[in-house]
Amino acid sequence: MTDLLRLLTLQDYNTRIVLTGTALLGIASGVVGTLMLLRRRALIGDVASHAALPGVGVAYLVMERFQPGSGKWYPGLILGAACSAVAGLVVSQMLRRIRRIKEDAALALTLSLFFGLGVALFTMIQGLPSGQAAGLSEFVFGKPAAIVASDVQLLAVACFVVLLICGVCHKEFALLCFDQEYALAGGWPVGALDLLLTALVVGVTVLAMQSVGLLLVVALLVLPPTSARFWTDRLGPMQFVAAACGGVTAALGVLLSAAFPHLATGAVIVLMGTLGFVVSLLFGTRRGVVWRLRDQWRLQRRIGLDDLLRGIYELLESNLVVNDDLTAWPVDVAALERTRHWSQGRFPKLLQRARYEGLLRSDAHGQWRLTAAGRREALLAVRRHRLWELYLIHFADIAPTSVDRSADAIEHWLQPDLLEQLETLLLERHPQLAVPVNPHEALSEGVR
Amino acid sequence: MSMTIAEPITTTGPTASEPSPVSVRDMTVAYQRQPVLWNVDYAARPGTLVAIVGPNGAGKSTLIKALLELVPRASGDIEFFGQLYRNVRQRVAYVPQRTSVDWDFPVTAWDVVTMGLYGRLGWLRPVTRAARRQSLEALEQVGLAEYAQRQISQLSGGQQQRVFLARALVQNADLYLMDEPFAGVDAATERTIVGLLRTLREAGKTALVVHHDLQSVREYFTDVLLLNARIIAAGPVAEVFTDENLRRTYRGTLPLLDQIGHQMTLAGQSR
Repeated sequence: MTDLLRLLTLQDYNTRIVLTGTALLGIASGVVGTLMLLRRRALIGDVASHAALPGVGVAYLVMERFQPGSGKWYPGLILGAACSAVAGLVVSQMLRRIRRIKEDAALALTLSLFFGLGVALFTMIQGLPSGQAAGLSEFVFGKPAAIVASDVQLLAVACFVVLLICGVCHKEFALLCFDQEYALAGGWPVGALDLLLTALVVGVTVLAMQSVGLLLVVALLVLPPTSARFWTDRLGPMQFVAAACGGVTAALGVLLSAAFPHLATGAVIVLMGTLGFVVSLLFGTRRGVVWRLRDQWRLQRRIGLDDLLRGIYELLESNLVVNDDLTAWPVDVAALERTRHWSQGRFPKLLQRARYEGLLRSDAHGQWRLTAAGRREALLAVRRHRLWELYLIHFADIAPTSVDRSADAIEHWLQPDLLEQLETLLLERHPQLAVPVNPHEALSEGVR
Repeated sequence: MSMTIAEPITTTGPTASEPSPVSVRDMTVAYQRQPVLWNVDYAARPGTLVAIVGPNGAGKSTLIKALLELVPRASGDIEFFGQLYRNVRQRVAYVPQRTSVDWDFPVTAWDVVTMGLYGRLGWLRPVTRAARRQSLEALEQVGLAEYAQRQISQLSGGQQQRVFLARALVQNADLYLMDEPFAGVDAATERTIVGLLRTLREAGKTALVVHHDLQSVREYFTDVLLLNARIIAAGPVAEVFTDENLRRTYRGTLPLLDQIGHQMTLAGQSR
């Protein structure tokens, strides 16, 4: 328990170092990942990370060859990884030039080729006498505990450079990602910008190989921006949210895996990122699934209530001649249920809901009546329906017999301003009516 | 202050000696199996509204893209205002087809219009407040000021088209190249575009517009360019937009040219 507390309050120097380095990476990858995703280059990140693997092996061998024991010098390994990632991207581009090979095939080919090469190299190194302790495989799955203070300095400088480039070239990257053709026509060096963006992706990838591992780095590039898109509709804020998201998930991942040392850090970071994504997908303010479902559900309920109240009004309409206070008349519930086809179990629920909203009241004898508020809503619903029916008959040439159903589909979407327009449009024909008469009857009377 | 230097006020109208806003000599475009342009020779008259008309696959969009060097050309020279395109980019504004971008992109209408000023702002310079203000004015011009803060997927098709127009307008160019601005737009947008074209012409500017609706050519445009892989006819609407010329334009691509084009593609592949 005290261990956990020590950990969470960051009293441990090592944890602080690891946490800082990994969080910095999360921030940089959120910002770069946003651009990569919007440029639709997510697969390039995947290829770059897999293609980096043989570079690590070659760099290790070369450094061991010249100075035995120095094979795990971190900057050297990063350099090797970057070179090999670039080589992988170049190969995939060359494959694409051959017209028969489609882009996805070219990328998949390169990815597996380089990764296979890397694995072969690694097994070979494991067999070497000096390679036993190398533990290069930590670059495949990540091992942030291996991060030391000098690594964090390197990471900090690199992340600062990455963020600086993204900040300075913000408008250029925005233009490139949104409308490449317009950028080209405006004389912007689209090729060079793409190259710069790819360089940033490769840079973040190789920097992150130590903490999350090459296999999972693409998740760190893709998850935060995807989550961020559910919270904002603008590029700058999206990058900011993605950076925050990446930083927090990376930090959480480090803390969790420090608390439970048998968990692989890279995997925990990716799982944290996925958790963030699921939360964003469900609750994001921009098109989060939960809010969309709620809106849909509310709309359905409103439509149901409209239909119910209109049904009541039409049942009671004949009584208007005797007494114009609709709230005085009991509603024949059985007749109301027969007026239209309600889906299974919906009718009683709607009755209850209407009572809950104060639109209907029921007395001790089980008789239902409209309340004042209910009458107002019923009048509105009827007016919407009939105005729209009249409009369809007079202006859209829809046959009066089929107009009821067409009106049913649209009327719930009529906003007040549209209703007003409809009213002025139809006023000449039916000047005296607050609630227009039922056009079905009006027309049949006309025929008579 | 620098604004007044950058934009000298010209009081003289178009003169005979003025170079054409865009002229092409002997341009041929052959790219993969797409529409091909053959020996296009054309010079737009300054201050005209030109409709580029022709059947589907006649190379109308390709012509505009070739002018802007967005697609490679096999041969031919292009001049804008008597100069190479790279020297006069700011005087040329491009309105791409609406379907050419992803409208789900996280930008507002205002942001998109501001992109029209990036060229003038130059490399690495942040977007200035003056640029934002000008962009809003351009949005006002197309009747979308109240939608400035909307994410662009929340606009109707016509409104999206008007955002693209505003992005070109804010450039304050002298030549406008528009790829099917009238395609699939509502009546309000169509009126706005027509109004804008007239305003542009009154300001002495030139516009080349890929256009599909033959009915409205006479009403909206002063000149017409009839295209079907090659130029069938070009000039003032009254002279060129005749039944005979239209028949020749819509008769279908010439079978012989088609065959040669196909053979060229095959030859290119086998190499």
